[in-house]
Amino acid sequence: MSEIMSPTGTRQHSNRARLPLLAIAGRSGIFLTLIGLIALFAIIQPLFLRAANLLGILEAVSVTALLGLGITVSLAVGGFDLSVGSTAAMSVMTAAYAQVVWGWGAVPTVFLVLCVGALIGLFNSLLIVVLRVPDLLATLGTLFLVGGLQLIPSGGNSIATGMTFADGSTANGIFSPAFLVLGRSRLWGLVPLPVIVLGFVALVLWVFMERLRWGRLIYAVGGNELAAHLAGAPTVRLRSFAYVLSGLLASLGGVLLAARVGRGDIMTGGSLLQDGFASALIGFAVLNLRRPNVLGTVVGAILVGVLLNGLTMLNAPYYTQDFIKGAVLVGSLALTYRLHR
Amino acid sequence: MHPISTVVAARNITKSFGSSLVLDGVSIAVDPGEVVALMGANGAGKSTLVKILAGVQPPDRGTVEIAGRPVRLSTPAAARGVGIVSVHQQVADTGIGALSIAENLLLDDICGGRVPIVLTPARILERAARIAETAQLDLDLPAPFSTLSLANRQLVAIARAFSGRPHMVILDEPTASLSAVESQKLFTLIDKLKQRGIAVLFISHKLADLRRIADRAIVLRHGRIVGEFARPLDLGAATTAMIGRQVDAAPRRGPTQSARASLELHGIRLRVEAPLINLAIIPGEITVVTGPLGAGKTSLLEMLFGVRQPFAGTVTFSDAPWRPSSPARAIEHGVFMAGEDRWRTSFAPSSTLGSDLAGTIALPHLRAWARPFGFVGRSTELAAARGAIGRLAIVCRGPRDRLDHLSGGNQQKVVLARWQARPSRLLLLDEPFHGVDLGARHDLIEALRKMDPSAAVLIATSDVEEAMEAADRILIMREHGIVADHRTGQENLLARLASLETLAAGAVGA
Repeated sequence: MSEIMSPTGTRQHSNRARLPLLAIAGRSGIFLTLIGLIALFAIIQPLFLRAANLLGILEAVSVTALLGLGITVSLAVGGFDLSVGSTAAMSVMTAAYAQVVWGWGAVPTVFLVLCVGALIGLFNSLLIVVLRVPDLLATLGTLFLVGGLQLIPSGGNSIATGMTFADGSTANGIFSPAFLVLGRSRLWGLVPLPVIVLGFVALVLWVFMERLRWGRLIYAVGGNELAAHLAGAPTVRLRSFAYVLSGLLASLGGVLLAARVGRGDIMTGGSLLQDGFASALIGFAVLNLRRPNVLGTVVGAILVGVLLNGLTMLNAPYYTQDFIKGAVLVGSLALTYRLHR
Repeated sequence: MHPISTVVAARNITKSFGSSLVLDGVSIAVDPGEVVALMGANGAGKSTLVKILAGVQPPDRGTVEIAGRPVRLSTPAAARGVGIVSVHQQVADTGIGALSIAENLLLDDICGGRVPIVLTPARILERAARIAETAQLDLDLPAPFSTLSLANRQLVAIARAFSGRPHMVILDEPTASLSAVESQKLFTLIDKLKQRGIAVLFISHKLADLRRIADRAIVLRHGRIVGEFARPLDLGAATTAMIGRQVDAAPRRGPTQSARASLELHGIRLRVEAPLINLAIIPGEITVVTGPLGAGKTSLLEMLFGVRQPFAGTVTFSDAPWRPSSPARAIEHGVFMAGEDRWRTSFAPSSTLGSDLAGTIALPHLRAWARPFGFVGRSTELAAARGAIGRLAIVCRGPRDRLDHLSGGNQQKVVLARWQARPSRLLLLDEPFHGVDLGARHDLIEALRKMDPSAAVLIATSDVEEAMEAADRILIMREHGIVADHRTGQENLLARLASLETLAAGAVGA
């Protein structure tokens, strides 16, 4: 038909018949790429297909994917959360400080860290929802603020047992073994715990976003906030919730990271933000949904992980990693939007 | 300067999208200084024909000729180059808000590089003033474009078209967002175009516009020309040709004076200085508020829906005080509102989860239709959508169709379906017939008349003709107060239309 308007009212929809092959490639292009890559690496390097290696890939991407899931929720509500990397770094430092300096046990530490993450999310939503600072700017501010804040308690140093403070005192606490289990143990000696955590979180979040009415409302707010408000959606609460959830997931990522590394490294969180965003954006192309979605983000993170792992096995130098991630991201974005002209 | 004796003609234009034939050998010719109205229901092919003439889309077959010579219209710039200028129906597209009015008048020249490299503000003003004078626009040229009213934006857009000395100007629903008085200004400008020998192709759903301005009407249906009408225009016949059937006045309900008012406004002020509004709305009746833009129609509806609070006064609803704090509260209590401009107030972009037809209908009802643990009630949602598609005759590919694939009239049916999906006590509709063809408008009004008589319906529209067709009772608003209250009867429709239009016009003039 002729009189068809896109949401913005500008672009004309055309019913030009598309090659079915192209349509299939569009719908499952990312999956096909993933399978293709796995097959390719398996042929060149049979060790790639070993369960330990595949699970290792999942373990390596679990933190990134958790951050990506938080970003996914903030994107779905029409926002943008740049502060997740800093939040994860802050969480690592908080976990280290609580245990090494204060001598806290695993349970109160995890609880504290998750609270810190939720508070950072609450702070973001205060800026964005109450003070009406644009999301991008508000979370950029939080990125710096939190990124800087996490350095202050330890005087800019990494936190490890035996570290000395400026006043000469030393920290004698240790990372609780129960805490380290979170990052280092394997279920049945095979499946790393972070992978289980990611799987569980992703499943619950998928049901929440795709099947429960609150997920619908979150997407509705992201699609058209005014329309959602006029349809009775509690838009302020939903937007705040999205940022709190994003902060919470980022701090959960931080917990896993701290438990894996076993020290409060000031260098953590470096590329977590970019990697998380890359997963979420590659996820737009998965199933060709063109929107942030939980399954897509997880697949996006895995795709990047498989590629990096495979290429490392083939002796690709480490400094090519960012270039490869960029190529995958650009490629999948092109795939997502190109086929919808 | 182009010679005056040029005829712009389209010959045997054929265009199809996929398997659907949108234009089937359409030929039209517009003489210099002639205003031709292009009529047709949504989906009849009007917009496609306009896009072909404007160089937005190429025809599959057929040619466009100016003064007998075929021209190639491969891009909008090419069309403008040979003298065919179109003014888009989207008001938002008519100019750049951050630039001055003067710069907007020169926009085509500036963007097309047909200006000196050094362009001082003084020179811009001087050139713009010349254009404004030709078009007899009396505006503050250095002021930002964003300060202009919708009507003045349209006028600036048309004046811009003027400056290029075109052969033909295409106006695609230019009055859709304008009040009666503002439309008058537009018509004066169109008269100027005529005097200068410019051909005008005019598309509008409003019969009153066509009566005022058109020299000739061409009616399209299913991609073919089904009728041509010269002055004096027989709009009844044109309308019949357009939708392929007779539009009967919808049967009115009997007098409902006996019914008790469900909603009462006592001394309501919509603005600090606004007159007091006292009003009683009766269930089972369709009450239409009309008046010029900015008269407070939307404010009245939004006040009842909890979007804004009144400055004074009280509202009672079924004998209880009614002062909802938010739309969510209003919806809980059975007061529903469909806002003006469906893409802004009702729909989400098609990539959004739940932006399909069924999801759009379901959005306000998610809680009511949810299954245990908050799972979305997808079967309820689908059943509601299927029911609506049948009941309102929504033309679509199914309950999961994308809304941007539907015509304006069908989109509006989805909006109504959303708010009829659960019983309401008060249904508020703001400009529900905007960009809706006559056939769909008829369907919408019929669906409103079939509603449970325990519900009151309050519609806001700035189009008097729409008001006449839908209303059991017409209220006229001006400056946030109600100045007239008519109960429609069997009187001559046109005579009343004229008097109401004068009244609405007077409301602005005063």
